[in-house]
Amino acid sequence: MLLIPCPYCGPRPEIEFGYGSEAHLARPGAPQEMSDEDWAAYVYWRKNTKGVFHERWVHTHGCRRWFNVIRDTVTYEILAAYEQGIEPPAVEIETYV
Amino acid sequence: MQGGQSMKQRYSLASLVKNAFSHHEGWAQALPSAEPRESYDVVIVGGGGHGLATAYYLAKELQVGSVAVVERGWIGGGNTGRNTTIVRSNYLWDQSAALYEHGLKLWENLSHELNYNVMFSQRGVMNLAHNQNDLRALSRRINANRLNGVDSEFLDAQGVKDFCPVIDLRGNGRYPVLGASLQRRGGTARHDAVAWGYARAAAEYGVDIVQTCPVEGFEIKDGRVTAVRTARGRIAAKKVGIAAAGHSSVLAQMAGVQLPIQSLPLQALVSEPVKPIIDCVVMSSAVHAYVSQSDKGELVIGAGVDRYIGYGQRGSIPVTEETLAAICELFPLFRRLRMLRMWGGIVDTCPDASPIISKTPVEGLFINCGWGTGGFKATPGSGHVFAHTIARNEPHRLAEPFRLDRFVTGFTIDEHGAAAVAH
Amino acid sequence: MQPFRLTEGGLIDRSRPLHFQFDGRRYGGYAGDSIASALLANGVHLVGRSFKYHRPRGIVSAGVEEPNALFQVGYDPKTEPNVKGTIAELVDGMVLQSQNAWPSVGFDLGSVNQCFSRFLPSGFYYKTFMGPGRGTKAWMLYERMIRKAAGLGNAPTRPDPDSYDKTFAHTDILVVGSGPAGLSATLAAGRSGARVLLVEMDNALGGHLLSAPGSEIDGLSGLVWVEKAAAELAALPNVTVMTRTVCFAAYDHNFFALWENVSDHLTDAERAQHQPRHRLIKLRTGQAIFAAGAIERPLIFRDNDRPGSMLAGAAETYLKRYAVRAGKRAVLVTNNDGAYRGALALNEAGIEIAAIADLRETPSGHWTAEARERRLPILAGQGVFATEGSKRVEGVRIGKIGADGLSLAGGEETHACDLVLNAGGWTPSVHLHSQAKGKLVWEEEGQYFRPGVTGQKGQGSVGACNGTFGLGAILAEGHAGGAVAAEALGRSGPVGAAPAAGDESFLPLRRLWLIPADKPLGHQGKHFVDQQNDVTVADLKLALREGYRSIEHLKRYTTTGMATDQGKTSNVNALTLVAGTLAKPIPEVGTTTFRPPYTPISFGAWMGRDVGDLLDPLRKTAMDPWHEANGAEFENVGQWRRPWYYPQAGESMADAVERECRAVRGAVGVLDASTLGKIDIQGPDAAEFLDRIYTNAWKTLAVGRCRYGLMLSEDGMVMDDGVTARLGEQHYLMHTTSGNAAQVLAHLEEYLQTEWPDLKVFLTSVTEQWATAQIAGPYARDLLAEIAPDLYLSTEALPHMSVTAGKVAGRKARIFRVSFTGETSFEVSVPSSYGLGLWEALMRAGAKYGISPFGTEAMHVLRAEKGFIIVGQETDGSVNPHDLGMDWIVSKTKDFVGRRSLSRTDMAKPDRKQLVGILTKDPKNILPEGAQLVQKDGPERPLPMLGHVTSSYWSPAAERSIAMALIKGGRARMGERLYAPLEGGKTLECEVVEPVFYDKEGSRLRG
Repeated sequence: MLLIPCPYCGPRPEIEFGYGSEAHLARPGAPQEMSDEDWAAYVYWRKNTKGVFHERWVHTHGCRRWFNVIRDTVTYEILAAYEQGIEPPAVEIETYV
Repeated sequence: MQGGQSMKQRYSLASLVKNAFSHHEGWAQALPSAEPRESYDVVIVGGGGHGLATAYYLAKELQVGSVAVVERGWIGGGNTGRNTTIVRSNYLWDQSAALYEHGLKLWENLSHELNYNVMFSQRGVMNLAHNQNDLRALSRRINANRLNGVDSEFLDAQGVKDFCPVIDLRGNGRYPVLGASLQRRGGTARHDAVAWGYARAAAEYGVDIVQTCPVEGFEIKDGRVTAVRTARGRIAAKKVGIAAAGHSSVLAQMAGVQLPIQSLPLQALVSEPVKPIIDCVVMSSAVHAYVSQSDKGELVIGAGVDRYIGYGQRGSIPVTEETLAAICELFPLFRRLRMLRMWGGIVDTCPDASPIISKTPVEGLFINCGWGTGGFKATPGSGHVFAHTIARNEPHRLAEPFRLDRFVTGFTIDEHGAAAVAH
Repeated sequence: MQPFRLTEGGLIDRSRPLHFQFDGRRYGGYAGDSIASALLANGVHLVGRSFKYHRPRGIVSAGVEEPNALFQVGYDPKTEPNVKGTIAELVDGMVLQSQNAWPSVGFDLGSVNQCFSRFLPSGFYYKTFMGPGRGTKAWMLYERMIRKAAGLGNAPTRPDPDSYDKTFAHTDILVVGSGPAGLSATLAAGRSGARVLLVEMDNALGGHLLSAPGSEIDGLSGLVWVEKAAAELAALPNVTVMTRTVCFAAYDHNFFALWENVSDHLTDAERAQHQPRHRLIKLRTGQAIFAAGAIERPLIFRDNDRPGSMLAGAAETYLKRYAVRAGKRAVLVTNNDGAYRGALALNEAGIEIAAIADLRETPSGHWTAEARERRLPILAGQGVFATEGSKRVEGVRIGKIGADGLSLAGGEETHACDLVLNAGGWTPSVHLHSQAKGKLVWEEEGQYFRPGVTGQKGQGSVGACNGTFGLGAILAEGHAGGAVAAEALGRSGPVGAAPAAGDESFLPLRRLWLIPADKPLGHQGKHFVDQQNDVTVADLKLALREGYRSIEHLKRYTTTGMATDQGKTSNVNALTLVAGTLAKPIPEVGTTTFRPPYTPISFGAWMGRDVGDLLDPLRKTAMDPWHEANGAEFENVGQWRRPWYYPQAGESMADAVERECRAVRGAVGVLDASTLGKIDIQGPDAAEFLDRIYTNAWKTLAVGRCRYGLMLSEDGMVMDDGVTARLGEQHYLMHTTSGNAAQVLAHLEEYLQTEWPDLKVFLTSVTEQWATAQIAGPYARDLLAEIAPDLYLSTEALPHMSVTAGKVAGRKARIFRVSFTGETSFEVSVPSSYGLGLWEALMRAGAKYGISPFGTEAMHVLRAEKGFIIVGQETDGSVNPHDLGMDWIVSKTKDFVGRRSLSRTDMAKPDRKQLVGILTKDPKNILPEGAQLVQKDGPERPLPMLGHVTSSYWSPAAERSIAMALIKGGRARMGERLYAPLEGGKTLECEVVEPVFYDKEGSRLRG
């Protein structure tokens, strides 16, 4: 069970959280002007990184706030957690094949 | 033998008896392991059931020239060797039913086809309904299955009890069993045997099976794949098919292809072996649990999917707890049995819970992924239609709806209701 | 009485004699016995038959690694299969049965399998049982016999009457194992002031010291030292010690699963009513110290499975801990020095040591020297290559081992004995380290894997599980481990000095485990690697020959290491054999994954209290007691239970639903609508927010008015619907469907926080705060007026789709004039605690109007008559607003979630499935929901289908059956004849119509 450091509440067990996959994706401002391909990419295409991944979590059974986490998807180690809207802190990137 | 080749050593009761008198020292190698050659006509990346089946059908039916399977670890070591071995074809949508039923028909003769007992046992698969909404969905699926030529019948609560006496129908009022769909032709198979059987048979048709050979990249020239770079050197290839389940995104990324796939941990577990206590497969999507009993006597239990991306081949404890609580509720007499072993796989889930069997934007590069929790049952069918897609350079009729661009056009095939566990 | 029991010594309590039965015979034991020790005290070695060949099997070990001594314990429904007799405590009155034997363990008909054993090599089933004939028929016949023969014990056949428990726990430092390493670590960590939890799976502290009480630590005998350590720990308030608790799984971020045996060691009379059987403990710790010890590794020789053949350390445990002599005349076969200690102990207790066959050419070491001094018969460079006897060892054959270790070099002799002590070194229990993704490194000298780099921060292994075997080194390492863990947590209190002791390990050893025999492998007798799964050396060699060379393939093909002991004594031997055969170094062959649990864990503990009412709590509304008291039938919707219909005496469901529908259409009905999701939306940008979430426009909605809204997922598919009211300038109340409330709130919150953080909007779930009664029918207004005399309820004052506030039944209420039934209708919400009172007031006042409560079924009929959809019934995640004919609600001028997806090429095709009405030709026929519709019925399969019936009812208003369906190109098919081929062969003819069956103009709901 992951121990997720909510930036607002502190470390809490995984069961209190919801998951939101890839972070730092913005909803397009003018969807009607996009091609079908670009729109599909926004709706369906998500990074599925093996290794260090910037992802979103929400503290559903806590403060209900969304925030970002940097986690290694192989070791599950959490390298950082930070509020949305700010630049991600720098971490060492592990790569896996 | 079909294909004009003869097995070096046929498996049968007679050959078993004959070998017994030479202390079993005369058996030929069943799992050959090849060194990679410099080039092949087709290279399949991924030595799981799907990849091996693809290679087998390519070599046996499609005259594509030389074929190799490259596997990063040992064949059948990914989801093929980690799933709960359920085989069924009672999917809701016409496109899915056609694909899985194609697979089921191949399953029914697979042991004979491969001359390797994959132990496909058609012990029946029940999907339980616990509320009125479940019953409506069940009825819709049963009717669709029936008209699609997929055997499917409705059991009322008493029918469920008769078919599987160890179920507690009351579910303490929370998840009472109101009925079930039953596919009698569904059942279980021996997962490892599927990989080994396909590998042995493919090798008989000249396929090179290269193990411990991780792929590190692809060479692409003028939009066309020309070679696979591996830890054991460059392998030139006219065509490449990726069948790598949880690692699909990682591989596709190497070729610059984006996929709508998320790789999530999926857990399963077995109990200690006991004498036969449950003779069919029982699935309940409402409580996220499915169970059957292996020939060895172990209860084989599938759990839900963890929510987060994970390549660690392990899941988290709440998922196991939820599944076993549900199992203990449905089968109160299992509470005194013990968990022997648990493990996790990495499932490649698609937004519409349907697979992708498709060409890609890279000429000569094909992808087969997105099977989520349901890949094992599709193994022969998936391999067969993927092989055709690769050989003919156009989608097999049954694979056509599962093309990658369906997410662009909106022709998605939403099978969430048909998967045992909602993604 | 107990012929093999010593008259003194051991840790059993001779003042508490216990009685038990094994296979119908009565025996005696003592408190403190395990099942196995009590049986051995009575001279019982033959305890079961093997899985495949039904060979007689005896007790091999004294611990969790036991492959053979598995019992069926107790009677149905409290019976338990596969109980390891070596770790299960003996309980007074216990009833044990052997497994895999019929009619008895002494005379087992299944042993006929031994005659066929040559036809049953590993994987034989992959090569046969396929025919005759195609298909799966033949296999399934064979399979039935295989299944009957397989399995070990029997599951209970009736529900388990016991209860289980689970809990969370937190600590600074977890120590797993209370042997010398674990105790030493706990002492150091505990003294530092850190919170420490020490868990021990045994019923007593001490670990290996319980089997070797003579070891000297700090000048004290081992057991006295243990007592002293235990007393010190008991006095430390920051230290918790748990026995009968096994740490069986390592998860991420220093999270561990522990299993506590709360009461299996108690009789029913001793056990308090409230006590659960087992408890699952989910523990988060700052630091983890693994001190799990090591497991003795057996040597492999011909017919090494014969009862009376036992691990040397186990025999020592039975002697020292349980005061049991495992035999009268023993032969020790060893490749190392450590095993001599056991032989010396046994000899001292009066067991004759007939021979010590030491594989080493020149036996040496601390214990060897002592054995020499005591003149034990040491046969250097010799090994036991076979046992003799049938159901018990009667003798062994010993021969000189060639220098290459691959053949005998003559000197064969037979030695009579009834006990073979088998000693092949020790294997560290690296399970938890490995489960936590720690690396393993191969230790050449001792020939075992030990922990390398840990997979997670804050973990470490100490003592034998770390490959440290001298007692002094173990104690020092434990102490250091405890101190380091404390320091990592910032605890710098004094940790005292490390306990001191001598430093003899089991080394040196000869690297030989498979003892060559006088015949080639597999030609006579069997050399077992995995006794429980009946896997032999010949099986492994066959698998390798056939190409199953990866250690995982080998394991799966031969099933070695996959039994209930999970290969604790067999894996490293299998690995060594594979490496030897393939001529590869062991680290290159690798090891199989250590999968949790460390030892089998009851499903009941995993379930804990999450069963029955607590499996998934059922939500009930404030009015639920009234429904229950008034005979409602319920259905579960999402997490809620809702009244389905209210049958009166003698009524069928159809009767009741028809009566309820007629009451609403002709008089007045009342529905408990409390389960609808309610989200309070406030803030200056609330209207803008709704505009982006819903498909239609919201900024124009006036205060006091309501509007129906449709919500899409970003893929353009309908996600939810409901009525939202504008309560104030910056205040809205959104209604969601009952099942989707949480999902909708999450959806709104996600967009608000992650996409539009600039919007000033606040969302609050108020579903549980309000109870809602929906009053519907021609007399709805009259009825409401009676209990809300202050309200203006005329259509002018409160038109359709408006909201007001006031007192209803004397309580503050919100009144929404909305209709889902097609009749004049008011939804009255009061704070939940007044819900029941409101309902009762309505029922009282409504009596004279002929009021009837109505349930979800009548509600479904009434809305279907109006052609209103239910999300989740008319939609399934693949339906967009156009499919539902709801273009009118989709704005063409603003963006909203999901809009862009609607213009993708496959989303607007005319042959998409569209919502239509369906009427059967015979108005009395009601289509089953879920029926598929076709243009032309026929026998061919697949038969092209147009779509399915989503809703279907008997309509009292239309006085005929009505249905809705999603049909390919449905709207262009008005008037077309379709067919519904039903299960059972009947086909119903029907017609496509508009999906509105009642009051098409909507005059009634506005009236």
